[in-house]
This record gives sequence, structure tokens and C-alpha cells, in this order.
Amino acid sequence: MSLSANIAVARDGFRLDVALSVGAGEVVVLLGPNGAGKSTVLEVIAGLLRPTAGRLVCDEVVLFDTDAGVHLPPMDRQVGMVVQDYLLFPHMSALENVAFGLRARGVSRDAARAESASWLGRLGVAELARRRPNALSGGQAQRVALARALAVRPRILLLDEPLAALDAGTRPAVRSDLRRHLGGYEGSTLLVTHDPVEALVLADRIVVLENGSVVQQGPPVELAGRPRTDYVARVVGLNLLRGDATGRAARLIGGAPVVLPHGADGPVYMAFPPAAVTLSPSRPESSARNAWLGVVADLEQHGDLVRVTVDGVVPLLADVTPLAVAELSLQPGLPVWSSVKATEIEVYPA
Amino acid sequence: MRVSWSPDRQVNRRLAGRADARVPIGLVIPSVVGLGLLLLPLAGLVARVPWSRLGQILSSPAVLSALRLSLMTAAITTAVCVICGVPLAWLLARTELPGRSLLRGLVTVPLVLPPVIGGVALLVTFGRRGLLGEWLYDTFGISLPFTTTAVVMAQSFVAMPFLVVAVEGALRTADRRFEDVAATLGASGWTTFRRVTLPAVAPGVLAGAVLSWARALGEFGATITFAGTFPGTTRTMPPAAYAAINSGDVQTAIVLSLLMILISVTVLVALRDRWVRTG
Amino acid sequence: MLAAASLTESFEKLGEQLTAEYPGLEVVLSFGPSSGLVEQVLAGAPADVLATADTRTMDNAVAGGAVEGEWEVFARNTLTLAVPAGNPGEVTGLADLAKPELRVAICEPEVPCGAASERLLTAAGVTAAPDTLTTDVKEATSLVSLGEADAALIYRTDAAAEGDAVETIEVPEAEEVVNDYPVAILVHAPNPDGARVVVDAITGESGQAILADAGFLEP
Repeated sequence: MSLSANIAVARDGFRLDVALSVGAGEVVVLLGPNGAGKSTVLEVIAGLLRPTAGRLVCDEVVLFDTDAGVHLPPMDRQVGMVVQDYLLFPHMSALENVAFGLRARGVSRDAARAESASWLGRLGVAELARRRPNALSGGQAQRVALARALAVRPRILLLDEPLAALDAGTRPAVRSDLRRHLGGYEGSTLLVTHDPVEALVLADRIVVLENGSVVQQGPPVELAGRPRTDYVARVVGLNLLRGDATGRAARLIGGAPVVLPHGADGPVYMAFPPAAVTLSPSRPESSARNAWLGVVADLEQHGDLVRVTVDGVVPLLADVTPLAVAELSLQPGLPVWSSVKATEIEVYPA
Repeated sequence: MRVSWSPDRQVNRRLAGRADARVPIGLVIPSVVGLGLLLLPLAGLVARVPWSRLGQILSSPAVLSALRLSLMTAAITTAVCVICGVPLAWLLARTELPGRSLLRGLVTVPLVLPPVIGGVALLVTFGRRGLLGEWLYDTFGISLPFTTTAVVMAQSFVAMPFLVVAVEGALRTADRRFEDVAATLGASGWTTFRRVTLPAVAPGVLAGAVLSWARALGEFGATITFAGTFPGTTRTMPPAAYAAINSGDVQTAIVLSLLMILISVTVLVALRDRWVRTG
Repeated sequence: MLAAASLTESFEKLGEQLTAEYPGLEVVLSFGPSSGLVEQVLAGAPADVLATADTRTMDNAVAGGAVEGEWEVFARNTLTLAVPAGNPGEVTGLADLAKPELRVAICEPEVPCGAASERLLTAAGVTAAPDTLTTDVKEATSLVSLGEADAALIYRTDAAAEGDAVETIEVPEAEEVVNDYPVAILVHAPNPDGARVVVDAITGESGQAILADAGFLEP
């Protein structure tokens, strides 16, 4: 069960152009800022929205093809969907909700109820079978919605911000449960989120969507170590620089020089964590250190460190101890030198 | 006085009452006038009820047949309105039919049309010499005026807009995403309508049905013009009251009026809770 | 001025004549079933003159103390059997009114036209099968005019007023069932002098000529 999609949507002021594929049993997370077009992708795959152009094939079945004029309606696509507010039918019990898809496909009432009960059991909410949706907590509702989507044995499972409606306290537990269930599901899963932690925990592969285009994709490890856009860098918590490398030196787009830990050629990305940045009032001596002059723009508590935003030729974030802040008398407007050891910089081709 | 934050607080609140419970005099006077306008005629009617002859009048054939006919036709009309009106409302609210706004406007015309005009319209269309009626008569020998069917038609004409408006409103405010979810789960259009949409708008359908029933019960002008007035076949309670007044039998007219008020009040009060929730 | 429905055309003509003759006089006419009009009068309607289609209804007004002085009969009327032009129901006489397949309109028994119809049918020994009992005679007349009713018992004057739309079938017994039309000035008339003028006109030459034209019989 695998899925391959080319989707283009053009709507007033909004453009989306995406090529995606998800393998059988694979969990692909679509990550991006709000308004990037992530939910639109899901709606198109589900059949709720007609794309301007594109083609979607799943297990050799064409679900839509604008050139050939094919567009299967949602009910024929075998797609399971879980949305942010779950949308459990309010006038039916949890069991009847799960059984809905089965009954709609002609399964007898008793058989549907039995199978639904087993699904609820698999998701650990068997005892909630008779409850109405308004009597369920967020985490419980999410599991019932997942059961409802899985009960029809879909080829594709779509999840739109499945954890967003939960409060921060319950989220981690439900998230790890979700990971377990997705692991047991055999079809292709496409999950949409704007929460980077969720993406890093749940994904086999992350596809980053910005302004309607895919800007980076790869396994979580790769994204976490080698971001390719400012958004991804921000999300995984790294500083990102771009420049041209010749041997062990690179020149940033703004002109500032960077010493690299090893040789490289051509356009490169350079990434390093804020914790690798040292701030000092004057230029540091060692030549192995990269040093740039900047101006303190902002100071913010970040766990037990202080995150300093430095503006200048090389804008970056530095994590320093409160002690350092005091010693350096850091405040917005203060000129400061930022330095990073070459060995702390991850260099990779652009 | 100590006010705690436990459940006791609720009790304390109720005992103390809201601080701003004073009603401005500018609102009191018009309200009293409005109340008077609505309730005094009813009180006047009750005051004039011929209590000594009440039993006799209530069991008279004129009153009994009018009552039976009214209840029967109003019930049938309500059913017609629901069966035809709900799909029509769905068409107006959920499809992209061209000319929908015009259609919507036309459907609500009976609400503002004087009922007698409605009756005239029905007569010239469905009467024996009418636009369609003539064809009906020549082909099938069916003549609609003076039949109970004509009564139901006249009542439906004036009552259906109430149901269509109520249900369309409910459909528009209903969350369509539930229907999307149902589609992804594999439900056909009909299944989605039956198991997801309809239950969601059930309160709206009920409110519309009650309004239609009440309007049908009180229908007079269109009925008398299109269906005529004959005891047992077409003389529902309002035409019966009219005939009574014009025959000089004011007492029967009063009793019929009282009957109509009692029936309406009973039904409306019984459904008051649902009413308030949908309102 | 409140007048029985059957007087519509005649009294409207009379009203025009009167306003032409007496420029300061304003004649406001309201037509309806006689019994309904009497109810209005008894309830205090501010009218000057009342003209009904039979003496029975006028007597109710008298009994209610609404009539000033005595009433005068100013015209008489008889019934006729009216059918739509072309007589689609192929009606030949009163006996046909008993046929269930014909659409028959008769006045409600409590109004003058209906009371007269009852008397006529009894005299002829016919039990009619009406499809609607109209509250005033003009309603029955319209039904025949429109062709919605195959036959109706209405006044000769109403049938005449419809012209070609309606045909009449002579009924011998009709001669014997006559309605006397009384007119009276009302007790609380806002304009008693004006009322006197109108009543005199009705009973005088001009009024009588108009009534005769319409088909009313002399009082």
C-alpha cells in the first residue's frame, strides 16, 4: 500500500505545488508554519477538495488525475481521516461512531458493532463504547476518532493536527500511544502538524512545507542535524548560515568569512547550536575561532539559560548562562563579539 | 456576609440576586402594552364563553366535525410539509443550483401573501377551469375544489415556507465537516443525509414542523377560497367560526375560538423547551 | 351604509347618483351577508343605514334595539338556478341538485339566501347535495361564474349582474319563495339627516328604477 501524489492548487492568493510519496507502513509528517498549505494537501488527498492540477495514485489505483479527468469521490477512496477536533458524530455513542464506516459499507449491525468493539479495545478505550462524544476527554476522543478511521481499513490514513486539541499535560502520553498505533498500521500515513516535537517523535520521514512548496524532506535525524531553511533551523533549534566554500574557508552571502572544520567546495550550509556560541566584549584571540561583531537585540529566558538574539552581519542566537549575562552586562544595543569554534559547525552542501 | 468560592457560592448568588435586576421604566411600559394587546383579547374571549351551554355546543355536530377535520388536515399538512420541505431546504442550503436565491425568495412568498390571494392563485391554477386543473379534470376526472385534498393543499401552501425557512437555517449553521468525515468513511450521499445531516438539524425540523402545524390549523382565507366550506369535508374550525358568526351564532364561534386557543397553547407549551433551545 | 351582498351593484349605482345629486353627501357602502352585518350593528358598528335581504335578519337587529323607528320593505327578490355559460353540467332543473357528481354551491342556511334556498328545495321536494355552503350569495355567484360550480341557487339579480358568464334555468316554484328586503335607519346613526336622504332615495323613484333594472321585484 503506497501512495504517490502530485498536487497543485491555485486559489485566490494561494499556491500549492507538492510532490509526495509515502510507502506502505511509512509515517510521513508534513511540517510547516500555519498557512503553508498542509491541511489543503490532506483535503485534496481525501477528495474533499479538487486540485487545480495533479495526479494521485495509491496501490496502482488512480484516485484522481486532472489530465485524464478522473476524480474519485471521497467515499470511494478508502481514506481514513482524523481531524484536529475529531468530529465524532455527537448523537451517536463511541461504538456507533466507530461502526459508522462499516455500516455505511453494508456490514450488518451486529458484525459492525463487534468489530468496532474490538477496535476500541485495541486502542485501549473499550470501556467507553457506550459514551457520547461530549462525555469523552480529549485524549479519549482522539482514540475513538482513530479507531473510527482505522475500522474501515483504509489504504491511506490522514491525520490533521491530531494532538493540537489536547492540553500540554496529556499530549506526551497520547503522542507515544499514537506512535505505537501508527507503528501497527499497515497503510500509508500522512500526518500534518506545526509542532516540531510531534514531527520529530512520530515521523519516519518529514516533509517540510513552506508557502506551498516542499523545502526539505528527510528522516528526523537529518532534519535535526542539517536544516535547509531558516524555518527548519529555527524549529530544530540551530543557527543556519549560507555561503560559498573554497577549501576550509567559506564566505557568507553578506561577505563575512567563516572557517570550516574540513574542506568543502561550492554553495554550502553551515549549522551550529546556540550553545556553541560564545559572547565577549572584544575580539577573541584564537584563530581557530570564528568571530563576528554584532549588536545585542533581545534577551529571553530559555530553560536555565538565556537566549540572546544578536543582530549584525551574521545574525544568530546564542545561549549563555545568566552569570555571563551579568558579567558582560548584556543589554539590547550593546556591541558584542560572537565566536564559534570551527569544529562545532556542521557543513553540508546546499 | 461571607461569600465562599465553593459550591456554596452558587447558592449565595441565587439568594442575593443579581445586583442589576432593576428594570428600566422605559422598557416596562411598552412591555405591558404589548402584553395587554396579546392577552386581553384572549381574556375577553374566555370571559364570554357560554359556560352553561359549553357541553352542548362542544358535542354539536358542527363543532365536532370542524374539530376532527382541523386536526386531521393539519396533521396531514404537517407531514406533507416535512416530506417535501426538508429536501427542498436541503436543495437550497447544500447545492449550487443556479437561481437558488430567486427560488428561496419565491418559496417565502406565501409568508407575505394575503391568504385569500393564495386561495385565488390556487383556484385559478388547480380549479376545474384552472391552468392545470382543467387538464386534470379532462384527463383523470379529478376536480380539486370542494375536497378535503384541497384543504390540505391550501394549508400546505401557506405552511410549508415556515418549515423550509426553519430547516434551511438549521442546515446553514450545521457544521458541514461532519458530512465530509462521513464521506471519507464511505457513506453515500443518502446515508450521510439520513444518519449525519438529519439528526444534526432535527431540532430545526421539529421547530419548523410545529410552526407549520400551527399555521395550518389557523388557515382560513386560502381554504375558504379554494376548497370552499362544507361541514365535514372542508369546513375546518376557522371557516366554521366564520360561518357561525355570520349566522348570528356567536356562542358557537366563541367556543370554536376557545378550542383553537386551548389546542395551540397546549402544543406550544409542551414543546417550549425544544423551542427555546432551537431559538 | 351596511347592505346585503345581493344589493352590491344596485346600491353602488345609487351611491354614485346620490353623490352627484348631493355634492356634500358622502356615501360609504359596506356589503356582506345580512346576518354578519346585523352582528356588526349589534356590536356597535358606526353605521347610519342597514338594508338586509330578509326580514328575519332585520328583526334580529330590531330585537337588539339597534333600529330607529320602523323598517320599510323597498324591494323583493326571488331565487334562480344558475349555471356557468354553456351549462357544462347539463342541468335541467332543481332535481339535478341532488346529483352527487355535480358541483353544487348553495348559501349557508342561516343567511337569507340560504334560508330561501331551503324553503325552495322543500317546496320542490328536492334534497340537494351541495359541495359548499357559502356564507354570502356573492361567493356562490363567483363559483358559478368561474365554472368551478356546475350549479348554484342565487338571486335572480345576482345572476343578471353576471351577464353572459352565467345562464339561468327557470324554476317554477321560485315564484313562491320571495325575500322581502327591508331598510332601516339605525339608532346610533352618526348622520341621521343624511340617512333619511338615502332611505328616501332608495324607496323613491330613482332608487326603485335602479332596483327594477337589476331585476328586483317591486315591494
